[in-house]
Amino acid sequence: MSRAFPTGTAVPAPKQNVEMLFPAISLFRPGDCFVFLAACVFCFLSFSFLSRGGIAEKAVVRQGGHIFARIDLSRASRIDIPGPIGTTTVVVENRRARVLSDPGSHQYCVRQGWIKRAGDIAICAPNEVSLEIEGSDEVYDSLNY
Amino acid sequence: MTRSIIELETTPEDHRVARLAAAAITLALVDSAIPLPLPGIKPGLANIVTMVVLARHGWSAAAWITGLRITASGLLLGNFLSPAFFLSFSGAVCSLCVLALVVRLPDHVFGPISWSLFAAFAHLAGQLLLARLWLIPHDGLFYLVPFFATAALIFGTINGLITARLLGETEILHKAETQNA
Repeated sequence: MSRAFPTGTAVPAPKQNVEMLFPAISLFRPGDCFVFLAACVFCFLSFSFLSRGGIAEKAVVRQGGHIFARIDLSRASRIDIPGPIGTTTVVVENRRARVLSDPGSHQYCVRQGWIKRAGDIAICAPNEVSLEIEGSDEVYDSLNY
Repeated sequence: MTRSIIELETTPEDHRVARLAAAAITLALVDSAIPLPLPGIKPGLANIVTMVVLARHGWSAAAWITGLRITASGLLLGNFLSPAFFLSFSGAVCSLCVLALVVRLPDHVFGPISWSLFAAFAHLAGQLLLARLWLIPHDGLFYLVPFFATAALIFGTINGLITARLLGETEILHKAETQNA
């Protein structure tokens, strides 16, 4: 299959000035501009998808299914949550939160480290404590849905 | 000891595929030598060869050259049959499938820049799909999409421009040759 690539046919006269500045423009065909713009829109949308859930505002600490505390992320703080097997310590700092210590044997929630995105969650199952970041918008919750 | 003589029948088509595959392999090596901030992002310069071949010699030649390029560059870079190789493979399969479709779009409306952008995004989709299914089965992977998509946009456009330019120039050469002959 051989294709013809006409050179210079897609060069309308009024564009001459633009083409002197950007010679690459003449290589774009009408559909190319459309595809390029569509790709730009896709990139823009994918970045806005990143910030989905709005701005992270609060850290919600639950114990035994009930809300134990709702902490503002803008202020550094530290709270201890008593649970069935001991005390879990949660720290908030620099708009992010983490479980500093937990009596659970696996330490999953501690090793998860800092969480900062709306919808992020650290769960310390043995002590029935969870730490969740709450955003300005509601996020689809795959855990409870 | 008698010398064993094995003669392989080769056609001019085979020679052309070999020559172009060599060019693609060289570009694939150049690709991996260019330092970029995020692992997994590379310019995909070898796709220029794929698209030129697609325009000049058709889809099956392009598929051959892509297959040879992936295998040979995998061997040369030492990642043959490693996850990086399979990511490259799935990306190439997706982009070849998409190229087979977009090359049928009307010539005067959609040129190499469209092909290149479609191929770049298909490559990204193929890689992400395999990575999500096999290597990193976690949705956190999709947080990387915006960065990969931006890279696909930038490098897709650049490769498309280079391809369009190359095809334009070879077209002039081709015309000059036929006029002289």
